[in-house]
Amino acid sequence: MGDFESLELRGVGRRFGGVDALSGLDLTIKSGEFVALLGPSGCGKSTALNCLAGLLPLTHGEILLDGRRIDTLPPERRGFGMVFQSYALFPHLSVEKNVAFGLQMQGLPRAEIDSRVREAISLVKLGEHAKKLPGQLSGGQQQRVAIARAVVLEPSLVLMDEPLSNLDAKLRLDMRTEIRRLHQSLGLTTIYVTHDQEEALSLADRLVVMREGRVQQVGTPDELYESPTSWYVADFMGYRNILPATVVSTSGGEVVVALPGTAGDGVRLTGRAVGALGAGDRVRVAVRPEDFVVSTGSTSGNGSTSGAGSIPGAVSVVEYHGREHAVGVQTGDTMLHARTPAAPQVGGSVWLTAPVERVLVFPEALDAVVPQEVAA
Amino acid sequence: MSGVGTQRATASLRHRLAERGVDPALLLLVPGLVVAVALFVYPFSYGIGLTIQPTAAMQEQWGGGIFANYVAFFSDPFVFDSVGLTMRLALPAALFNVLASVPVAMVLRHRFRGKRLLTSLLVLPITLGTVLTAQGLLIFAGRQGWLNRALLEIGLIDEPLQLVNNYLGVMFSLVITGFPFAFLLISSYLSGIDPSLEQAAKTLGAGWWQRFRRIVLPLLAPGLATTFVLTFVLAFSVFPSARLVGDAMGETRVMSLMAFRAFGEQNDYAMASTIALMMGAVELIVVVAVLGLRSLLYRGTTGGKG
Repeated sequence: MGDFESLELRGVGRRFGGVDALSGLDLTIKSGEFVALLGPSGCGKSTALNCLAGLLPLTHGEILLDGRRIDTLPPERRGFGMVFQSYALFPHLSVEKNVAFGLQMQGLPRAEIDSRVREAISLVKLGEHAKKLPGQLSGGQQQRVAIARAVVLEPSLVLMDEPLSNLDAKLRLDMRTEIRRLHQSLGLTTIYVTHDQEEALSLADRLVVMREGRVQQVGTPDELYESPTSWYVADFMGYRNILPATVVSTSGGEVVVALPGTAGDGVRLTGRAVGALGAGDRVRVAVRPEDFVVSTGSTSGNGSTSGAGSIPGAVSVVEYHGREHAVGVQTGDTMLHARTPAAPQVGGSVWLTAPVERVLVFPEALDAVVPQEVAA
Repeated sequence: MSGVGTQRATASLRHRLAERGVDPALLLLVPGLVVAVALFVYPFSYGIGLTIQPTAAMQEQWGGGIFANYVAFFSDPFVFDSVGLTMRLALPAALFNVLASVPVAMVLRHRFRGKRLLTSLLVLPITLGTVLTAQGLLIFAGRQGWLNRALLEIGLIDEPLQLVNNYLGVMFSLVITGFPFAFLLISSYLSGIDPSLEQAAKTLGAGWWQRFRRIVLPLLAPGLATTFVLTFVLAFSVFPSARLVGDAMGETRVMSLMAFRAFGEQNDYAMASTIALMMGAVELIVVVAVLGLRSLLYRGTTGGKG
């Protein structure tokens, strides 16, 4: 219970029937940090969380809290708070009694339980609902009860398993702010599992991007957003256009690639190489929609005039997004996504260009990427 | 309705009837109603009618006019004691079946090797008729049964244990037929409880007993009450085993045997109907009492798939 210096995961792994759901997870979390585990479903992020909570036994590695092994302790003796995706509120107990449950398990005196429960309930602004059963509350209120129930114990670590995924979009934004506020005001250490990059970027001090049970990249939101180390991470960080290509030539950090799938075979793009690349290598090119410049007509036409090269295509979809429009541009077999303030004509032909430093070129193979730990 | 009087409803009569639940789909009830009336309501009413038409002998012996059968039921210890005797069998049997099912069903929630086989073995007796069960019990546990012979052979006992043709025999039979039933029901109630509730309790520091006592049991309690009621009714109407593996004129002189005796041996349909009716009344009292207690419990969602 209480404060700690650091939580260390060393080579943590979990196998299910011969399949590695999680393997070789090394991570050190300092007190007060907010760490997000990010990845699609099945990437091992929830497995990692359940291993930490003690709900799943490890098959490899160890977990140390200030150098003391805790992976052998049963969950009820780890003193971590957990917030479940389904909230897992006790349906037969009132809000108060749900929140009091953990304190009662510790055998605290009644007066202390009462005052701490009241405090926790007012912290999540549910004072008037204290006597209600969970079934009488809305999704957002239930989620707040679940959070109060976890933090009332003042746990050394709070684990959150996709806590916002069952809420509607607006509520999700409110609760996101709420969670960050609680984390800061209570000085919690939080590990947060999500598949939503926006949630992870906005909440966490540090992100861990996972794929098939392995860590792909660890870093601050800024590091991951600006310099992803693989196209997989880039994909998660909003690089919506990920195109297969072949390296034509390299010079310094810049690479010229040929896009095979695009119209008019031999469209070339210049971009920034991430990792060592040579001519002939198969690569993936990543560009954010907002980094594409959409131009109509032949003013910037002939490809070679702009820095990175330009891709010709036909506008197939235009979505209104308030200040700007999301444009789908069909080029060959692929649809490219771009953003533009002025809506182009659907069916019209356009050119897409992007600055060289905004075009990232990654090796195609993901396994070649060595996960790198970046100190917080 | 009066408030909208000024604004006449413009919907058609059919729509307005449908709004109150009256539509052609109601016709689907007809076959069921016909069967219910023909096979239950009419015979039941007829039976009640019979009870107030006592035979002349009954009226002479017990008095009470048309209620002579009821007077006889409550005054004749040979008949009335059967209520207690039946209770003495049905209550413990139902209680045992429910209580024994809980730990078994709890364990069988987890995945392990041989779970299917074990479940099948536990449920299999439900397919045996009571007569077959009784027959098996006689062969297995009778004085000359191979359980007694084996125990005698290895010298564990000096003379055969009296396991059948008495209270124990009927109790065995009620457990064998009632347990799978209770187990199946309770298993399905348990699977309706979201497993993440227990996980949450774990992370909040609750040990297994606290998790069971504070989370699982309260959520399971209404299911236990329902299961108890059903197994109790099943056990209370015990007939074949009370006769075959019991002591039919002694300690397992259950109500259904008394009704059968009046009907089959004394040709007194009226008295038989009276006993049957009182049997129903006793069951009803227990069912209402248990369901009354159940209504005090939390009966909302249990979070799971059930």
